[in-house]
Amino acid sequence: MTTLHMVNKSPFEKNAMQSALGHALKGDAVLLFEDGVYGALKGTTVASELGRIAGEVKVYVLGPDLTARGLGGDGRIADSVTVVDYNGFVDLVTTHQRTQAWL
Amino acid sequence: MSNIKKFLYLNRKAPYGSIYALESLEVVLIGAAFDQQVSLAFIDDGVFQLAKGQDTKSLGVKNFSPTFRALGDYGVTKLYVEQESLSERGLTAADLMPITYEDENDGFAEKPSINVVSRSELAGIMREQDVILSF
Amino acid sequence: MAYVINGTEVEHDEEGYLTDINQWNPELALEIAKGQQLEMNDERWEVVNFLRNYYDEYQVAPAIRVLTKALAKTMGPEKSSNKYLYELFPYGPAKQACMIAGLPKPTGCV
Repeated sequence: MTTLHMVNKSPFEKNAMQSALGHALKGDAVLLFEDGVYGALKGTTVASELGRIAGEVKVYVLGPDLTARGLGGDGRIADSVTVVDYNGFVDLVTTHQRTQAWL
Repeated sequence: MSNIKKFLYLNRKAPYGSIYALESLEVVLIGAAFDQQVSLAFIDDGVFQLAKGQDTKSLGVKNFSPTFRALGDYGVTKLYVEQESLSERGLTAADLMPITYEDENDGFAEKPSINVVSRSELAGIMREQDVILSF
Repeated sequence: MAYVINGTEVEHDEEGYLTDINQWNPELALEIAKGQQLEMNDERWEVVNFLRNYYDEYQVAPAIRVLTKALAKTMGPEKSSNKYLYELFPYGPAKQACMIAGLPKPTGCV
């Protein structure tokens, strides 16, 4: 039973991403969307959180939400994070047994 | 006129996840009709409002970032951006969109509206205000 | 509520502003103007086109003060006075011209 953890809050304002990453188990995935996409940025004060779980938990970020915020260009996102589109979002939901929202 | 007051709009939220950023901008545009001395500050996630290259087409919401470039026409020519907030988010001044105004007292010369300031400088700017509106 | 252009309905709000600004076209402008008892001439088109360009660039319809200032710069002082604009658009240039231009009601315009 793997879980897709969904995070839509900025990690600089709420600790939802930090908490989701802390509770994600091996094989789980974390999807950053809406203001959650800011958590995928390179070189931030929270970027090290992503590195800590790399290899155990895959982190995804929703491309359209990045583009909307001016962060769609090359090299803005941490290397361990994968960009997905809306279809990829649906795939993530279907390949995990459940989704958990971190509000 | 002696009843001109200094207003600072303090923006702390990212642009599309909540309504604060757009609401703030609309209040600035409305308030600009009242001949007060208005400036804007961007701290914390508010700095993301000025990120360049925003494109909301696939979200179906309005990209209001170009409207910041109209503020000069409304007499709003000071946009303070806090350096520490940029750095914490892996951003530099180069990641922000260019915003300019035409200085009527200097032959309509185009000048930058964005001023990147330190946290302590911004604290000083806040102390000089008559009114601070938080968004 | 809708304008009808060549058999196509284009929705508007209770005041006459288009629901979807992307549905605007010059023919529709003539129709909206007619509803405002205005006939489009070169001078009115100048203002309407100016507003459309301004909106295109800044995603906001300019307040009247901003409109006159900006018009003064591009079209000269004789085509930017409040008096000139109110002669063209008696119910308020920002309001009426924006409606004809298919733009939302200007922010802060009551």
